[in-house]
Amino acid sequence: MSRRQFWLWRLISVGAALAALLGANALIISLRSTGWLDDYTYRVIMLCGINILLAVSLNLINGITGQFSIGHAGFQGVGAYTSAAFTVFVVSPWMRERGLQGTPTGDSALLIAGIIAGAVCASLAGLFVGIPSLRLRGDYLAIATLGFGEIIRVTILNIEQVGGARGFYGIPLLTTFFWLYLAVIVLLALSRNLLVSTQGLAFLAVRDDEIAAEAVGVYSTRIKVIAFVTGACFAGIAGALYAHFDGYLNPDNFRLDQSIIILTMVVLGGQGSITGSVLSAVLLTAVLEWLRFLPTITVGGRAFSPSELRMVFFSLMLILLMLWRQTGLLGRREFGWHVVRQYWRLLRT
Amino acid sequence: MVRICAKSVLWLSVVTGIVFALGGCKPASRPGASNSSGDIPVGVYLSFTGSTATFGESTFKGIQLATEEINAQGGINGRKIALHKEDDRSDAQEARSAVTKLIQRDGVVAVLGEVASSRSLAAAPICQENKIPMISPSSTNPQVTQVGDYIFRVCFIDPFQGAVMAKFAAETLKVKRVAVLTDVKNDYSVGLAKYFKETFTKLGGQIVAEKSYSEGDPDFRAQLTAIKAANPEAIFVPGYYSEVGTIARQARELGIRVPFLGGDGWDSPKLVEGAGNALEGSYFSNHYSHESTDPAVQRFVAKFKQRFNGEVPDALAALGYDAANILFDAIRRAGSTDPTKIRDALAQTKDFPGVTGRITIDADRNAVKPAVILQIRGKEFKYVQTIQP
Amino acid sequence: MEVYLQQLINGVQYGSIYALIAVGYTMVYGVLRLINFAHGDIYMLGAFVAYYVVTGLALHQHPSVGNFLFVLIVSMAVCALAGVLIERLAYRPIRNAPRLTALITAIGVSLLLENGGIVVFGADPKYIPTVLQSSVAPRGGLYISEGQVIMLAASVLFMLILRFIVMSTRFGRAVRAISYDIDAARLMGIDVDRAITLTFALGSALAGAAGMMVATFTSVKITPLFGLLPGVKAFVAAVLGGIGNIPGAVLGGILMGIIEAFVGGSALTTYRDAIAFMILIIVLLLRPGGILGKAVVEKV
Repeated sequence: MSRRQFWLWRLISVGAALAALLGANALIISLRSTGWLDDYTYRVIMLCGINILLAVSLNLINGITGQFSIGHAGFQGVGAYTSAAFTVFVVSPWMRERGLQGTPTGDSALLIAGIIAGAVCASLAGLFVGIPSLRLRGDYLAIATLGFGEIIRVTILNIEQVGGARGFYGIPLLTTFFWLYLAVIVLLALSRNLLVSTQGLAFLAVRDDEIAAEAVGVYSTRIKVIAFVTGACFAGIAGALYAHFDGYLNPDNFRLDQSIIILTMVVLGGQGSITGSVLSAVLLTAVLEWLRFLPTITVGGRAFSPSELRMVFFSLMLILLMLWRQTGLLGRREFGWHVVRQYWRLLRT
Repeated sequence: MVRICAKSVLWLSVVTGIVFALGGCKPASRPGASNSSGDIPVGVYLSFTGSTATFGESTFKGIQLATEEINAQGGINGRKIALHKEDDRSDAQEARSAVTKLIQRDGVVAVLGEVASSRSLAAAPICQENKIPMISPSSTNPQVTQVGDYIFRVCFIDPFQGAVMAKFAAETLKVKRVAVLTDVKNDYSVGLAKYFKETFTKLGGQIVAEKSYSEGDPDFRAQLTAIKAANPEAIFVPGYYSEVGTIARQARELGIRVPFLGGDGWDSPKLVEGAGNALEGSYFSNHYSHESTDPAVQRFVAKFKQRFNGEVPDALAALGYDAANILFDAIRRAGSTDPTKIRDALAQTKDFPGVTGRITIDADRNAVKPAVILQIRGKEFKYVQTIQP
Repeated sequence: MEVYLQQLINGVQYGSIYALIAVGYTMVYGVLRLINFAHGDIYMLGAFVAYYVVTGLALHQHPSVGNFLFVLIVSMAVCALAGVLIERLAYRPIRNAPRLTALITAIGVSLLLENGGIVVFGADPKYIPTVLQSSVAPRGGLYISEGQVIMLAASVLFMLILRFIVMSTRFGRAVRAISYDIDAARLMGIDVDRAITLTFALGSALAGAAGMMVATFTSVKITPLFGLLPGVKAFVAAVLGGIGNIPGAVLGGILMGIIEAFVGGSALTTYRDAIAFMILIIVLLLRPGGILGKAVVEKV
């Protein structure tokens, strides 16, 4: 197909996704107002969205560019805290003076402002982490990113203005289904378009064999930095959306545990597969939440609460996954128009 | 063709699984409204496990005793109280989830909890937003009730408690140089330290060193060495029992001989277990002493011992008992289980005869009560004196 | 001045613990090029084993050297066994897989041990009543508890024994050979599987000893998660000293401990944990081989 046709198809895909978003948004709003959708399920849906953002952005770094980053929660934390601080300390007072607080447009603008602040700072963090890491490979890179993640967290812990170790209360609840999933669509569009375009090949080349890629003229340094910054940027957006959804932040939310959960989602779905990340993010979020409702099992006088068993299940799953299906659910396969075309052709024969 | 069909079936089932995992959509009950008959659901969220597990266990025993008593008398207006308890595992984020679950899924009309100020602060906004009254038995940080008009407490607040300890140190112990070791991870600790410092310096004392740690740290020798160098006459450690024991023990090993001072976060049977004899002779402020000669207290202690195998109730159990009873009293006075009416009745509580003192809820939804100073001798907490507000 | 010396003593004590754990990391990395994230949790396991043995047999009422040795040996044995089991079940099947897979598996095992610990032992903190009388012995204004002295002596002893094993025994030679080139070692007739199993056993035993001693002598409260941070810091210590290098791990551990003691007592107390990671990153960027290590050449 010609280049124009190719980009036309991409445009149609994105347009269709946006239309679906508007429809879904209307549906969610009506379900909530009639009481058919309770707060808890809504919360799970929103958490799925945030985790999709996190998983896909990490996949950009790990799966598509082949770098090994396990400090992703740090970027999320930076985005969350800077956006919350921006909203609460800078924009909110400004808006209150002008009486813009509380209006739908005011709230949306506030959220956007917060997201942009969070994204910018997270991107800077990505730059800050990415550049030194360029010299490192494999295990060492992993440990360095882990270290950066922890340094970020401990730094936040020491900033009194955002509540330090006790947490940041009172963040305005601005995140809506529409904005969250709009961000999801933007990220998915970006990643997908990157993957199928010629520019994306450079990223894949760096993943497959960095030295060979350099040998054929790919600026691997630049590619890696772009990957880190973009991944960090969207993790920051996810953090900002999370902060304005929960209204409360604590540095403990962004520990190594969180980085590992995001990493698990990427690995489970298949590194390099965007669809896989989406699927596993939703699956893991839903399953982890759903496990909360298991009855407490009592064996031999000792009660095992579901929250304890939840994490045991999670870690077992991780190990088994690595032992039996290292490539994850989808490996490197994607769901896209080519799959639809395949089915279409098959049905026609 | 069959292969493609099989794969589609597989993916379809995965998707269906996700949909079911999300719990599906069903009509949700409006929080707290639909209860006009049957048992009255009351929510309790506490730390039954985790670093401050004894707080939750003790408090719940007090609440349980009060509930059993009132149910034995037939409940309130013929309806019994049904307790729904949730464990927040000593974690602030879990506290929020626990309270959300109690309100959304269990439809409780009121919530009892939490002990730790940090967790109360994390969960209170949710109760306030859903207009479900929350009564904290023992959170002492003033910010807790400032969250909104649905949040109450039945204990004193830290500006008072910090001043109590400061006065005791300056006037009774007559010390002039005190070091402060704060848990920065803990709203309660930070708040209490602040109020202590304010009053102590106003009374002419000097804070010779200020160091900090995080709840969960295993080792404090570095901070203690620095504190020792400043030569204090006493060390104020307004943290939770889970760390204080270790802090004291390590301090003694470093040759620090001065007494320790603390707040109600020390109140736990596990305090001495962790400290060995390192806290012998140290003091802390608390809400009540089981040695009080007040007949109401003695009756409570006897009932508690009988119910729980001879165990002596600590301040947390006593406060849990009082909090539960005040709630039941408010429900009775409101004559309904509508959360808003319960809230209004709570706000009007005057001179309620609790085992921790006569409780009046003031305009800030706090209780004005005296504090007691206890001293650690052997495995016991011995009563020293009472300080009135 | 006295303060500095006291902090130095504190630091050396922390450091000896990190050294014991770091040695295990470095040995495993040397033979398998694997960062065994679960190692810190073996340390935790050692502490819990000590707790259950002491309270189960009420040994704290009969403190004596014999009892102390008994608890130590039991802790070390259980941890060695645990290490071997983990290696067999989780690491051996993926020995030829890409490093990323192995790393994720290690993370999974670590999580399993921690959360399994929460389920089995309970998340509530526990204290070990002292087994050995730990009295304070002032020497010229500095306070060193007898427990600390024992810990330091034990660490040094273990290190010397380990050095002997690695340098002067057949097994030690096998381990060194494997760390150079695993395939060549196999070709030379070395039973690689057995050597690796023994490596894990040794490293885990040392971590278990560290856990047991910390729980017994420093009166800390033990929880299933308390191995996480020391484990990571010990790993940093191993990298600092040169990963794959045993004396390096010891040196790195002591250095880390001392730095931590001084930072902890200063105004930057709450940055204590971050300092470890900053050291890590600086080392990785400036001298990835560590203090005693050699620069690694990447072959194309």
